[in-house]
Amino acid sequence: MKPFNVFPYDSNIDFMRLRLVSLGVAFLLMVVALGAIGFKGFNFALDFTGGVGVELRYAKSPDVDAVRTRLEANGYPGAQVQAFGSGNDLLVRLQTEGKQAGGADKAASIGDAVAAAASLDGNPAEKRSSAVISAQVGRELAEKGVYALLFVVIGFLAYISARFEWKFAVAAIITTLHDVLICAGWFALTGHEFDLTVLAGILSVMGYSINDTIVVFDRVRENFKGLRAPPGEVLNKSINQTLSRTVITSFVAMLTVLALYLYGGGSLRGMAESQMLGIAVGTLSSIFVACPLLMWLGVSKQDLMPKAKDVEALARRP
Amino acid sequence: MLEYSRWKYLVILIALALSLLYSVPNVFPQDPAVQVTANRGTKVDAALQQRVEAALKKASVPFASSEIGKDGNLLVRTASDDDQTRASQAIRDELGSGFVVALNQASTVPAWLQAIGAKPMFLGLDLRGGVYFEMQVDKEAALAKRFEATAEDMRVLLRDNRIRYTAVEPRKDGTVVATLGTGQDPAAAQRLFARNMPTYQVDAAGNTVSVRIPQAELDKMLTDAVQQNIGTLNNRINELGVAEPIIQRQGADRVVIQLPGVQDTAQAKRILGATATLEYRGVVEGNAYDARDAGLVPPEGRLFYRKELGADGKPIPILLNKRVIASGEQLQSASSLFDSQSGTPAVSVRLTSIGGQRMFDYSSQHVGKPMAVVYSERIPEVKLVDGKEVRSTRVNEQVISVATIQSTLGRDFQTTGLESMKEASDLALLLRAGALAAPMDFVDERTVGPSLGAENVQRGLKAVAFSFIFALGFFLIYYRMFGVITCLALMLNLLMVVALMSLLGFTLTLPGLAGIALTVGMSVDANVLINERIREELRLGLPPQKAIAEGYERASGTIADANLTAMLAGVALFAFGTGPLKGFAVALILGIVTSMYTAVSVSRGIATLLYGRRKKLKSIAI
Repeated sequence: MKPFNVFPYDSNIDFMRLRLVSLGVAFLLMVVALGAIGFKGFNFALDFTGGVGVELRYAKSPDVDAVRTRLEANGYPGAQVQAFGSGNDLLVRLQTEGKQAGGADKAASIGDAVAAAASLDGNPAEKRSSAVISAQVGRELAEKGVYALLFVVIGFLAYISARFEWKFAVAAIITTLHDVLICAGWFALTGHEFDLTVLAGILSVMGYSINDTIVVFDRVRENFKGLRAPPGEVLNKSINQTLSRTVITSFVAMLTVLALYLYGGGSLRGMAESQMLGIAVGTLSSIFVACPLLMWLGVSKQDLMPKAKDVEALARRP
Repeated sequence: MLEYSRWKYLVILIALALSLLYSVPNVFPQDPAVQVTANRGTKVDAALQQRVEAALKKASVPFASSEIGKDGNLLVRTASDDDQTRASQAIRDELGSGFVVALNQASTVPAWLQAIGAKPMFLGLDLRGGVYFEMQVDKEAALAKRFEATAEDMRVLLRDNRIRYTAVEPRKDGTVVATLGTGQDPAAAQRLFARNMPTYQVDAAGNTVSVRIPQAELDKMLTDAVQQNIGTLNNRINELGVAEPIIQRQGADRVVIQLPGVQDTAQAKRILGATATLEYRGVVEGNAYDARDAGLVPPEGRLFYRKELGADGKPIPILLNKRVIASGEQLQSASSLFDSQSGTPAVSVRLTSIGGQRMFDYSSQHVGKPMAVVYSERIPEVKLVDGKEVRSTRVNEQVISVATIQSTLGRDFQTTGLESMKEASDLALLLRAGALAAPMDFVDERTVGPSLGAENVQRGLKAVAFSFIFALGFFLIYYRMFGVITCLALMLNLLMVVALMSLLGFTLTLPGLAGIALTVGMSVDANVLINERIREELRLGLPPQKAIAEGYERASGTIADANLTAMLAGVALFAFGTGPLKGFAVALILGIVTSMYTAVSVSRGIATLLYGRRKKLKSIAI
């Protein structure tokens, strides 16, 4: 019985020939993402910005979607409405314009306004309490996110440099950052809410992306040792050899994240969205970005030879 | 022939058995229950159990069982959430404030499983529901303290500079007014205050000098107080052993505390809510019994009661000075120790320099005289009056020790004479944590509805199930026999993640469930790598068994490199993430570790079992 394939095994696509195009596209995408982040910015969720949270109690169990629509119509777009406590309670979260929203008085008045705006016909909302989430917490969270990113980048650099070689490390890092940037850029561009779970999704995308890239690099390393061929050919062969694995893995990973997106409910949707995008971009970049970068950095067979011998050999020369 | 040593099979079997054993507690449902805990001075015993059961019968609330657990708490199991709520109400009405009545979830895991440490995963606030607290700094009390402290500073300044005064009192309008004695120069006093309190606004009128603390400074004080409280609460919550507490500042004077997985509201509340303060006060001479019975309290004194009971069965009264020598605010650290000199448990105390100076000033003049420590606890209470909630605070002041000042005391000294090491460590804990700048009250307390949690659990499980089904389905179609092997490995992987998370006591959150789903997605990678490699070796013309061996061998290195780097991202998330994100990171990290094992070792074992013995293996279904 013949194996069931999606991808022909004897594929021999010349990815390296496309490297100028693929790196160009990658660069362009990064510029667009940076532009979106720079000019449009993120639609940060309450987690990061702080903001106003209002607790409402309804006379009877309200329809969350109806309340959301009502709030939208009354000038509170993007209000988070969620069930809270008993069935008649709703928690409405708002992002105020003044991000460092002031004291309790200000919050209280916003609360009343929200309660009035969120009341449904025949089912009035009563303000239970209102409060301001401090921007301080959000700043700390954002800071931690940056630290996490740095930690990952340095960790990757160290590990890959040790196990491979610095050119591999640099290429892998740039590829990963490219993926993260595009993911983040997507959220900036679409204005989809950027909350803690999205941050987690993006960080896990880093893990996924590096995983993908490493698998290809691993084969590159193996082929450099085993093949007598110019670097371009070695890279091409490596990509082609791992192509079916790359596609299958990504496909299955995509399926699982799709399940998250479909069945995980609203609070996981942002995370799933960032991951779906990350998996797609991560897969493509490991093919179209990582190896061309490696080529561009001038990787050669010698890079993977033990260094000490070269130095000794040089030293022995007269 | 494929080789796979016996001990490795043994390891697989052990891993399988342990994974099953430690993940199975998650399957047992939890009973809604009401937990009754003794407060200070009360006891949970058989009599109480009868009382509770009688009360429940009277209110005709059905309950499944009631038992006094090993922890000394009474646990009343009910059949439904509805009954649970009604039962807790009935018990609360019956018992009043002497006991803490809380909603809880009682485990139904058999005792033998619990004995080997098998327990269900903690579910986060978003899954199980949990405790949500909102605490508010008692602004009035904090400000009053500040004004009183300022007044005291002014008195000291005036005395030290020999300016006579008749009174220094805080006024309602937010000033502290010093009324000078006749013939004293108000301008001198004004200059004195202005020099020593440069940020305050000092005004003189007639023979009075008023000092106003600027609003900005009061605001800052309040902000600092909340910040300090958050730190304190953090410590206390850590001692509660909550896995993923969330403490957030909210507004100017509130703190939100979320304790996921904690249904024992009472315990949390008691630890969080009690604000203990120590006040060091001098003992005033005079007959304390007369003061109690006839109200003959000396002008500088105030009547307190000691913890110990006297011969008449009532607490021993004692007269203490109105003036506080040092208080909890000036307390820097406190630790319990066994004091060898007095042979009693003791609390070693270190004060701030101001507190130390005051203690030095007082004790140097009162060597040989007794000094008392007043332990005061503010206990927030809620009562239902005419169907409305009425909030009040009961202040419980107790003289916990009266000790003779042996020598001049400085910043560091000890309070001895505590009853037990437990009391010493309890007190030290509350003192450490309890150097609260401002007392806090619960203004909002809620148990996050289990229905919402159940909904999230359902969603999360559904997502995990479908991600699993999608992956398994694909593998079965694509790799056939090796798909089956992969599926078995994936299932063991899932089981191991669940078992490890349960065993290590990590909290499962909705993002954590997402992490498990993602683990499935990422761990297939290792299997795909192996299977693809085997196919590749087959295409190169290797005989099936050789191809299998080569495939596993060659893929292992790649898998290690790829997974270890991916794990770095998980570690970063764990290290820098907060709250629910940690759950996600944990699931991810554990998933990567177990997937490496199951993909490389377990699936190889199965493959060897299936194909290893066949002498004439012509083809394999991959």
